[in-house]
Formats: sequence, C-alpha cells, structure tokens
Amino acid sequence: MTASDNPFYTALTLILGMDSALIAIVMLSLKVSLIAVLTASLLALPLGAALALWRFPGRNALIVLLNALMGLPPVVAGLCVYLLLSRAGPLGQFGLLFTPTAMVIAQTILVFPIIAALTRQQVETLHNEYAEQLRSLGLNQLRMMPTLLWDARFGLLTVILAGFGRASAEVGAVMIVGGNIDGVTRVMTTSIVLETSKGNLPLALGLGIVLLSLVTLINALAHMVSETAKRRLG
Amino acid sequence: MNASIFPASLLTIVPALHFEQVSFEHRDHRLLAPTTLTLSGCQRTLIMGPNGAGKSLLMRLAHGLLSPSSGNIHWQGKPPAQAMVFQRPVLLRRSAIDNLTYALAVSGVPRRQRKNIALQALEKFGLVALAKRPARVLSGGEQQRLALARAWLLNPAVLFLDEPTAALDPAAIKAVEDAVNEFHHNGTRIIMTTHDLHQAHRLADEVVFMYGGQVLEHTPAHRFFDTPASTQAGAFLRGELVW
Repeated sequence: MTASDNPFYTALTLILGMDSALIAIVMLSLKVSLIAVLTASLLALPLGAALALWRFPGRNALIVLLNALMGLPPVVAGLCVYLLLSRAGPLGQFGLLFTPTAMVIAQTILVFPIIAALTRQQVETLHNEYAEQLRSLGLNQLRMMPTLLWDARFGLLTVILAGFGRASAEVGAVMIVGGNIDGVTRVMTTSIVLETSKGNLPLALGLGIVLLSLVTLINALAHMVSETAKRRLG
Repeated sequence: MNASIFPASLLTIVPALHFEQVSFEHRDHRLLAPTTLTLSGCQRTLIMGPNGAGKSLLMRLAHGLLSPSSGNIHWQGKPPAQAMVFQRPVLLRRSAIDNLTYALAVSGVPRRQRKNIALQALEKFGLVALAKRPARVLSGGEQQRLALARAWLLNPAVLFLDEPTAALDPAAIKAVEDAVNEFHHNGTRIIMTTHDLHQAHRLADEVVFMYGGQVLEHTPAHRFFDTPASTQAGAFLRGELVW
C-alpha cells in the first residue's frame, strides 16, 4: 500500500493542501446544511411547541405523521422537490432546480419533521412540570411557548444537532435536486459518491474523513456551549 | 420591605369566594361531592384532612387551575390577584433573580423596575446571596422561599399554598410559616392545605376539614380543635387512622 492509497493520508493532504476546489465543496456543504437547519428550526420549533401545548382534533394524527416523516428517505424528499421545481412543475418558473437553493429546500424538508417531532416531546415533558405554575401566573398557551422553548434550550440544542446530522449526512436529496454540478452544486456527500463510482476509493474515503471531522467539530462546539451554559444556569 | 411599592395589599378588601354545588369528576370517578362553601374575610384558612381527601383539588378549583364538572365557583365581584405556592416549588431553569424578574415581566411590570423589586424580595426572604445561583440547585428550603418571594412580588390578595412544608426540615418550615404570617399581616388572605396538626394549630383562623371528597366541616379553628363535629375529624385529631 503506497501512501497515496491510504485514506487518512489522503484526507490529511486534502486538508493541509487547502485545495480551493475542496474548500468550495466544504463551504457549500456547510452553507446548504446550516441554512436548511436554521430554516427548519425557525418553522419546527414553534410548531413542535404548539403541538405540545394545544389539544385539537387531528393532533394525534399529526404527531404520528411527523414521527413517521423522521424516517423519510432522502431520495423521496429529493424526488418530490425535483417534481415541484422542474420546468414543468408547479414551481418551475423560478428556475431553482440544480441550484443550492433547491438543495436547501430539500434538506429543510428532511430536517423539519425531526426537529418538530423531538421539540414536541421535549416541550411536552417540560410543560407537564411547569403547567400549573405558569397558569397560576396567568399565562395562556401562546405566552407559555417562548418560556417553554427557552427553558428547554439545552435539550433543544441536541434536537437541532440531530437535524444537522441528518442534513450533513444525506446524499440522496441533494444529488437529485442539485445534480452534483462541479463548482455549482457539488457538496461533500455527492463528491464521495462520484469518487466512489470512479473507483477513486482513497479520495472518497479521505473526503469522508474530512466530512466527519467537520461534523465532529461543530458538535463539539455546541456541546461546549451548552455545558458552559448549563453549569452557569443549572 | 418598603410598603410604598405594594400599597394595594393594604387597601384591598378581599372578596369572598363562593362554591355552589361544585363537584369534580375524573374518568367517572367522583373526587369531590357537590360542595357549597363560602370563604370570606381576610383569614388564614387551613384545609385539612387525610391524603386523598380532596384538599389539593378544592384549592385548584378555587384558584382556577381546574374547572368543576358541575356547579359554579365565583368571586364576589372582580376576581382578586392570586398566587399559588406548590408542595414542590416549580422554578424555571434560570437564576434565582431571573425567576423573580420573569414573574414581574409576566405581570406587566416595566423592565427598568424589575431588578430593584426582585432584589428587595430576595432580601426580604434572605436570598440575596443566592441571587445569581441557578434556582434549581438551591436546597429545598431555599427553593420554597424563592417560590414565596415570587408570590410576594405578585402582591396577591389571596395566596394559595398546597402543603408548602411537606418536604422541608424544621428550620425551613419555620421560615415558610413566618412568611405566611407576613403575607397575612400585609392583608393577604391565606388558603393552605396541610395534614400537619401542629402546623394547623399554629396558623389556622378557620379550618375546612375534608374527608373522602367531601367537606365535612368549615368552622373557626378553636371550635374545630376543641369540639369537632364529625366523628372523622375527631379521629383525625386524635391521630387515629381514618378510612
């Protein structure tokens, strides 16, 4: 085995080489996944909290649906977005197919049910503990929402990280709606698929190691922030 | 405590609370038999009775945390400002002082005044040194004092306390009882549950005795302790097991 066949060596040279093409791919991966997670969080945190607080007909069905969608296969999500955005599709006029925006949309759809369903659980547990006190203070459900979301923040950070994990790991959706176009929509996971199919296994593995390192770094940062805050606030 | 911050408590006349044929059922289980009861005046009412008698339930109905299955509960006139202290204090995952400023924010106190009022309340309840500590790592007694400080800020005309000392040591119990009396001196009506006879002796102006989901007695404290009307209350006072 020569040095260039070793994936760890390849990963190291990739990182140390600061290859501009690689950096562009890494940055696009991070950008797409982070924007998708941010968008999904903005929508799913309030929805999850609302599901925990309000009782209405169809609530249980909605919870089951969200739980089921946590297992939505990325290719299926990608296919749906593809059909929506393709020239003949209902949103075809915007010309979004094979752009990073399309990839963000697809990943947002993948991440949304995870964050919504897990937020619902976290907030419901906390609500069971807080409900009487908050109602005694005169809060209605709408005013309870920000309080509960804030007090569940440490648990919710983990929820958001789970969503980020899903976004950064998936390949099916971004492949279909992004098209893996070099310099435009190529991200880490689609590059790995490409290199694998070309038989360039050390490079594929090396890219995998880079991806894993990045995700680990982000998780470590989030963990540090939450541990520090937890020690200060209990 | 600077009384000028809380002038209202000295001036309010606490309206009476009427229970009219109030009953409560949960999953076909009758937990409170139809009850008619009037709580009036600015007294310290202790709701007594064995576990499962319906004491906490009666209080939650009075405070509006639960709605009756039938009958109606109403205050004479406008419902007064109320606060409730629970057996296990429910504190937010924030610092002690932030728990207080939160309650002030909820009740509409302008942001600039919150910190000062909160600090005064902490001082009153001997918690200033713990202001920045996370509320949930405080000891049981400190947590209950913080819950009382939070209730104090709300300047309630009626204070409900649900077994507030059940899990506390004697020193902490004394602190809670002193606080209850302090509230009362400030014109707050006290409605409190307990199953501790000694505590009832120390605090009660009047007693509501409950047994098996029924209010059996509602009398001035001295009469209840000297000559209980019901056999169940007699047995309860003698420390016998009542079923």
